[in-house]
Amino acid sequence: MSLSQFFSMGGYAVFVWPAYAITLTVLVGNVLAARASHRRALEEARRRLGMGELAR
Amino acid sequence: MWTWLHKFASPPHFYRLAGQLAPWFGWTAFILIVGALYGGLVLAPPDYQQGDAFRIIYVHAPSAWMSLFIYVVMAASAAIGLIWRIKLAHAVAASCAPIGASFTFAALATGALWGQPMWGTWWVWDARLTSELILLFLYLGYIALRSSIDDLQRADRASAVLAIVGVVNVPIIHYSVVWWNTLHQPATVTKMAAPSISTSMLIPLLVMILGFTLCFVALLLVRVRGEVLRRERSAGWIREVMA
Amino acid sequence: MPASALTAGRLILERDLRLAMRRWGHVADPLVFFLIVTTLFPLGLSPELSRLRDVAPGVLWVAALLSSLLAADSLLKSDAQDGTLEQYVLSGQPLTWLLLAKTAAHWLLSGLPLVLISPIVAIALGVPGHALGVVVVSLLLGTLTLSLLGSIGAALTVGLRRGGLLLSLLVLPLAMPMLIFGARAIELAIAAEPVAGPLYLLAALFVFAFTLAPLTSAAAVRISIE
Repeated sequence: MSLSQFFSMGGYAVFVWPAYAITLTVLVGNVLAARASHRRALEEARRRLGMGELAR
Repeated sequence: MWTWLHKFASPPHFYRLAGQLAPWFGWTAFILIVGALYGGLVLAPPDYQQGDAFRIIYVHAPSAWMSLFIYVVMAASAAIGLIWRIKLAHAVAASCAPIGASFTFAALATGALWGQPMWGTWWVWDARLTSELILLFLYLGYIALRSSIDDLQRADRASAVLAIVGVVNVPIIHYSVVWWNTLHQPATVTKMAAPSISTSMLIPLLVMILGFTLCFVALLLVRVRGEVLRRERSAGWIREVMA
Repeated sequence: MPASALTAGRLILERDLRLAMRRWGHVADPLVFFLIVTTLFPLGLSPELSRLRDVAPGVLWVAALLSSLLAADSLLKSDAQDGTLEQYVLSGQPLTWLLLAKTAAHWLLSGLPLVLISPIVAIALGVPGHALGVVVVSLLLGTLTLSLLGSIGAALTVGLRRGGLLLSLLVLPLAMPMLIFGARAIELAIAAEPVAGPLYLLAALFVFAFTLAPLTSAAAVRISIE
């Protein structure tokens, strides 16, 4: 497949590339969100530890 | 085997194990997805009917598959958590929801983008897209219920009931939507079905689906670690984690 | 079923009905809502009966769905607030059966009036006379099933802020198959075609809900109360 054909996707570029972009965004977004969620849970645990909310 | 399972379900062990496993799943998924992208976008020949537009299948079908698969995983782990009172299972269910909802959204968006060149409109009430939309509502309802309940234990158990009710209804909903759709579309073939698919077209699709699944496992492991921390009542192993 | 459970169920049914009759203004709310919503469609679309006839099946069902959901919020709310619900849980009587009695009372007050007034509303939307029987039967099955589904939603959201809206979000996706079959039944009836298929499917959904919803609601109440 030629490079120009790759980019134009046989004329369907305006559909194909946004579809891939959206899916890529969803995947990357998931990764970022998962790590953020874990980070927040760590901070919460640190806080609960500090405030003595957790049993021995 | 039960001792191993029991050990696995114990929060500190799971926390450590998940932390070690997640990068492996993550990077393997990355390689598979990149490989599938190359196979689907470059190697596979254009479809004789849909041209290059059919390549959307490589992002639409895996997203749709994930949206359904994750819902079932969510409902199953919720049921396990409810019946056997295992906090880890509830943590898994809670973690599934945002991931599953995002894949459902991706399936809908890519489905619409696929529909426009094929049918001429940005949205069609075809059976599969409409079912996906209702699935999105089920996910959002689950997430909304969770966030409305302050007590984590009540939230776990109430949303578990909801997830089970939802999963039982998914086949009913899907069947009724398919039935409804055939009433009003006499002759049209569902173009969302894969075109008569050759091996060079099929392999990237399967690899992509595998890649997405492994990615889901990695995401789940990361999120569940956090959820397990949230549900922890005693200080002991958390202190070690902080150190 | 032990006699005491039967009595308990009957007592709850009578109690709920009696309490509702004291404030019957509230009882009328779902009915009035139903009437108002169905009036919106001619205003929004067209006064022509022929056009309304085309959308009547959907309009009747959507309006019935929405007003049932509006009513569902009140199933457990007052009992939860004054502690009666807790008493039911602790009473030692099968909670499933008690909730079924409550749901029955609730349907008599909110669902049945809709069913009874539906022929009039249907005529106002241009539905021909020969289809009215199907309108009534389909809405009868539909409102019964909706009351059962609503009880699950109510049990899950009891005591939560904005519980009513959340209840609707939770129950509506589950109610969509009913909407599809019910509206289709009326559509077929208007065209004087056989309606057995969708009606049987509606009946099947009702039976499914009747067997599983009370159990599920009971479990959900226990989770929400403890």
